[in-house]
Amino acid sequence: MTTTTPTPQTVNIQTVNTPVRGRRSPLASVGLHVTLIVASVIAVFPVLWVLLTSLKPAKYATTTDFFKETTLENYTNLVNDTPFLTWFGNSLLVAGLTTVVGVFISATTGYAVSRFRFPGKRGLMWTLLVTQMFPVAVLIVPIYNIMASMGLLNQPAGLVITYLTIAVPFCAWMMKGFFDTIPREIDESGYVDGLTPFGTFWRLILPLAKPGIAVTAFYSFITAWGEVAYASAFMVGDENLTLAGGLQKFVNQYGAQWGPMAAASVLIAIPAALVFLFAQRHLVTGMSAGAVKG
Amino acid sequence: MAVDSPSQSVAKAAGDSVARGRSRGTGTPRRAAKRSLSTHWYAWAMVAPVVIVIGVIIGYPLVRGIYLSFTDANERNVARSIGVNEIPASYEFIGLDNYKDAITGSQFLGTLGWTIVWTVSCVALTFVLGLGLANILNRKIAGRSVYRMLLVLPWAVPGFVSVFAWRFLYDERRGILNQVLAGGGIDAVPWLNDPTWAKFSVIAVNVWLGVPFMMVALLGGLQSIPGELYEAAEMDGASAWQRFRHITLPGLRSVSTTVILLSTIWTFNMFPVIFLLTRGGPGEATQILVTQAYKFSFEVSPRDFAQSSTWGVLILVLLMVFAAFYQRVLRKQGEVW
Repeated sequence: MTTTTPTPQTVNIQTVNTPVRGRRSPLASVGLHVTLIVASVIAVFPVLWVLLTSLKPAKYATTTDFFKETTLENYTNLVNDTPFLTWFGNSLLVAGLTTVVGVFISATTGYAVSRFRFPGKRGLMWTLLVTQMFPVAVLIVPIYNIMASMGLLNQPAGLVITYLTIAVPFCAWMMKGFFDTIPREIDESGYVDGLTPFGTFWRLILPLAKPGIAVTAFYSFITAWGEVAYASAFMVGDENLTLAGGLQKFVNQYGAQWGPMAAASVLIAIPAALVFLFAQRHLVTGMSAGAVKG
Repeated sequence: MAVDSPSQSVAKAAGDSVARGRSRGTGTPRRAAKRSLSTHWYAWAMVAPVVIVIGVIIGYPLVRGIYLSFTDANERNVARSIGVNEIPASYEFIGLDNYKDAITGSQFLGTLGWTIVWTVSCVALTFVLGLGLANILNRKIAGRSVYRMLLVLPWAVPGFVSVFAWRFLYDERRGILNQVLAGGGIDAVPWLNDPTWAKFSVIAVNVWLGVPFMMVALLGGLQSIPGELYEAAEMDGASAWQRFRHITLPGLRSVSTTVILLSTIWTFNMFPVIFLLTRGGPGEATQILVTQAYKFSFEVSPRDFAQSSTWGVLILVLLMVFAAFYQRVLRKQGEVW
């Protein structure tokens, strides 16, 4: 930042500054790249380190030798000797359902709040914000009781509903913000063509909101995929566990063995990374579209 | 607009007779209520799923939590079943005693102090770093999309995986950080086992986790600032700092106010990082309010539901006061959301 345009103050400002846009001194470029590289290394290193560890046999797990006797042993053990794949499937089901349902209902809510004035709107916005404030740790026991009385304990549906309460408030806010940037004239043209408000939303606005949806989907998925507290409280029995709960068992079973844990972590990170890649592509188009609109 | 214009006029008529905004329709006769039902049912239908889910899954537990905070409920006196025997609840209503204990005792205030330090440092650091990186990424620079992807990575990795990764790095005897230090002849640092270092370590991890969100949000904000503004400023001879100060920062105002509020709330209640990294230890050094509330209802014996709820309610009240205050300050400066 400090290295940008090192203009000597004595030189006539006009002549120096006019051609600046889009150009930069080589020194400034180096500075920017160095900053970005350092930041990227810090961002990537912990994850990369786990990846490398997962590929090392147990006896070298904590050494700094990167590629000594690279092996997939940790992974094969994980897949063959533990119910890891079952947990993985359960997690995919729960996170997938949360994403689909979450995106749909936060989109409808976001649209209603963005376009209509209705009694209770302000209250709803506040409620959505306030739900972010109530600590999970305190909700968990009463929610457990509710789920038990509805017979939803140990069921993917129970977790999905709980995760919706975490993901949807933020997603609805985000979708509202996104819908706010779509011109209202588009809605009006829908009404003129005889579409119902829902039809307008579904056929005209939603397709335009793809980038917003991508971000919302990403957020819902990550939230559901990485949640620990509810997952370990609500699901019991090996065949019903999701990854978060399953890993708790690992910690007991393998103690301080880093290898299997590292392998599990890598496998867990993969679907999240894929969803992210998908969202990222839309994110970029969305941002540039937004920039053109100004 | 075409459809909701009648409702708007209703709202306006009602809003004018009542002071401003709040609870429209209080002074309107039944006929208007009926008409509003027909114009608003679309909106209500669209928000209904969210309202129902939140009402049942958050509303009831909230009410129950508040109720428990006025009782002396713990593991020994709540309703439970042992075998076939149902034992009814025998806890009693004790009024504000729990709150008195919490506010006059040193434990709550001490934990609150550290929670505030934790929240302020995390939010400030993530915001500054996120803003800096977003600014760099908003320029034309070679390999921009690669950098962006690498920088967002911490967000894409599930929290419990990254916390595991960090524990691995922090490990006192075999972790890579201390091995690198040992290579430089520096003594091992007790990253998670010394109260002061542990505080530093948990903040570092949370900042690492939080920067990508800030960066992406602010990058979105930056890209919506029209480029002509910068061009005009350059024509007028504004320096890089002046352009940042007078175009970028005001342009990011609405994004920043939202992300700072959200990130403050999230950090204040950041359960997984503390819980999985240190469990609040060593001692109670890194215990924030949420993890302590969790500890009361799950880890102490007998499990103390009443105190846990009391802390939960206090957390909620503190955050609501903060949000209301924050919004008021914004409104004074002419910002309304």
